[in-house]
Amino acid sequence: MCALSELQTGQDATVVGLRADHDFVQRLHALGVRIGRSVRIIRRGALNGPLQLRIGTTDIMLRRTEAALIDTTEPAVAKA
Amino acid sequence: MKRVALLGMPNCGKSSLFNRVTGASARIGNWPGITVDLMRARILLGSHMVEVVDLPGIYDLNGYTEDEQVVRDFLSAQPVDLLIMVINAAQAERQLRLFLQARTLGVPIVVLFNMADEARRLGISIDRDAFTEHTGFAAHSISAKFGDGVPQALAQIGHMLGNTVASTPSFDALAAADLEHALDQLAHQCIDTPVTLSARHTDRIDRAALHPVLGPVLFIAAMALVFNAVFLLGAPLQEGIGAAFDWLRSAALVPLLAPLPAWVSGFLIEGIYNGVSTVATFVPLIVLFFFLMALVEDSGYLSRAAFLMDAFMSRLGLDGRSFVMLVMGFGCNVPALMGTRIMRARPLRLLTMLTIPLSLCSARLQVFLFIGAAVFPAVWAPWALLSLYLFSIAAAVLTAWLFRKKFASREPFALELPPYRLPTLRHVLLRGWHEVRHFVHRASRFIVAGVALVWLLTHLPVGVDAASTASWAGQIGSWLQPLLSPIGIDTQLTLALLFGFVAKEVMIGAMAVIFGQETSALGDTLAQHMNIAQAYSFMLFTLLYTPCLSTLATLQSESRDWRFTTLAVVWPLGLAWAVAWLAYTGLRALPL
Repeated sequence: MCALSELQTGQDATVVGLRADHDFVQRLHALGVRIGRSVRIIRRGALNGPLQLRIGTTDIMLRRTEAALIDTTEPAVAKA
Repeated sequence: MKRVALLGMPNCGKSSLFNRVTGASARIGNWPGITVDLMRARILLGSHMVEVVDLPGIYDLNGYTEDEQVVRDFLSAQPVDLLIMVINAAQAERQLRLFLQARTLGVPIVVLFNMADEARRLGISIDRDAFTEHTGFAAHSISAKFGDGVPQALAQIGHMLGNTVASTPSFDALAAADLEHALDQLAHQCIDTPVTLSARHTDRIDRAALHPVLGPVLFIAAMALVFNAVFLLGAPLQEGIGAAFDWLRSAALVPLLAPLPAWVSGFLIEGIYNGVSTVATFVPLIVLFFFLMALVEDSGYLSRAAFLMDAFMSRLGLDGRSFVMLVMGFGCNVPALMGTRIMRARPLRLLTMLTIPLSLCSARLQVFLFIGAAVFPAVWAPWALLSLYLFSIAAAVLTAWLFRKKFASREPFALELPPYRLPTLRHVLLRGWHEVRHFVHRASRFIVAGVALVWLLTHLPVGVDAASTASWAGQIGSWLQPLLSPIGIDTQLTLALLFGFVAKEVMIGAMAVIFGQETSALGDTLAQHMNIAQAYSFMLFTLLYTPCLSTLATLQSESRDWRFTTLAVVWPLGLAWAVAWLAYTGLRALPL
């Protein structure tokens, strides 16, 4: 298990836990970030800026402090 | 009359559908018990007159943002016959969550899977028969943007309305609704998504637009393009309209009103006509500006700006959305203030609302264009204007930085990055049309009354020389002189500032009345009246001082806190004076 914020850019992983408060979990659910869903970091904003995440067909931005509250599986081994 | 409401998540194309269905007939409606403006329109559907209401786009019926509260308040207070649930088909797997909440309300629902074309391109298909079979709700596939499937959907809605009875939804079952499990099941039953999605145009554009160095450069270039296009295309139009108004005045109005007593024709021509026609010459600029803003807004680019700026804004206690609202404020502060409703944490929302009135709005732009062109040498005028935009941004940054501790908050920042979309011409034109109507509406309320009052104040008591120190206007100006002469603002300009408080659009009209000049001659008069130091100080003061009456009313209605509204008036006023004093003193020291 690792925090979403520690994933490398371009790697896929599965969400396994949300450690945020109730309201924010609801908002994440509405945006498609749910346990069992696959997530990927598309890019990291400059100067410690937000992360661009892709979940299914939706792209969202999330600050790194909030991404640290999302637990994911260890990333799948990169395909050759 | 029947009532239907449009419900959907942000970025589902709900407003496109609303515009397509209602066209230019939509009005801002007032609703008892709701302090918020919602768009509504009356249309004929089948054999029913139907009132269609566009609810704000929300993620969660059970959520805690102001927008979400507004939707709940509306649905609790206003009986509806039918909810039209708009779902972005390309994101149905997550947007259906709102449908699962809505179906607990016990109101008839029709589901429209919008952006069918976009979903098809991504290889996503939705089995509507399976959806209806599993949920019991009718569903249609449409493209609100291009109109495909909309007539069929409307026909069925018209048909359904024959059997409905308006009812008030019940929110009792909402909190207990099983969402996550039901959503997985529903998605499994009726959505077919390809395993890997094709690379999108959006990704290619984002590689440049979100690039750490190139991104900000592109943003500044895009903004510069918008403003330059406004002036390049708008200035000739403005001159043409000004000339037409002058001609109409001398060819028709003056001879026609000649038989009337001198003070009546003076009031009508020099007061109302000069004032209003001067303001009206800015309509093409404003319309163009909103056309272009609509383009930028609908393209999905603004959320990229939020991404680029969030790191900087977070150091000021704001976030990327605050930056987007500041940019929106360049159009008009009022909708930008209302846009802060998507923020949940009140301190963050208030801090953003404190900075928005410092955005150089299109009404202030009129004043600066006019004075800039009149007083500054042609080569300097654009740079003077650019410097005012920089002052506007710097004032917002300074304000946020100074008050960041007072309005400290920790709101999680999560925002969608929608794919880039080309807005349709129809949508952009409709937007421009709404702005023109809004302007005419303001004109009828504030501007006519404003310029009429200016004329009366400058011409009373009876017998005084117009706008002389003996007139009421002159007396008011004299009282305020101790305060405003240190920043180079004289009696007559003081009066213009006073009326600028009502609406910045009134200022140029007020000057036309104060100086008794028609549109084209006013510039020359101003050039003789003010030197560059005075003009620049006047513009800086106008930029920063008390926002207009509409902004003030919005600050109060959105914050519902008199202390906050007072702060939002007093702080910019003080800042305006200080900045204008520094500029005036500094510029006078230069050998110009």
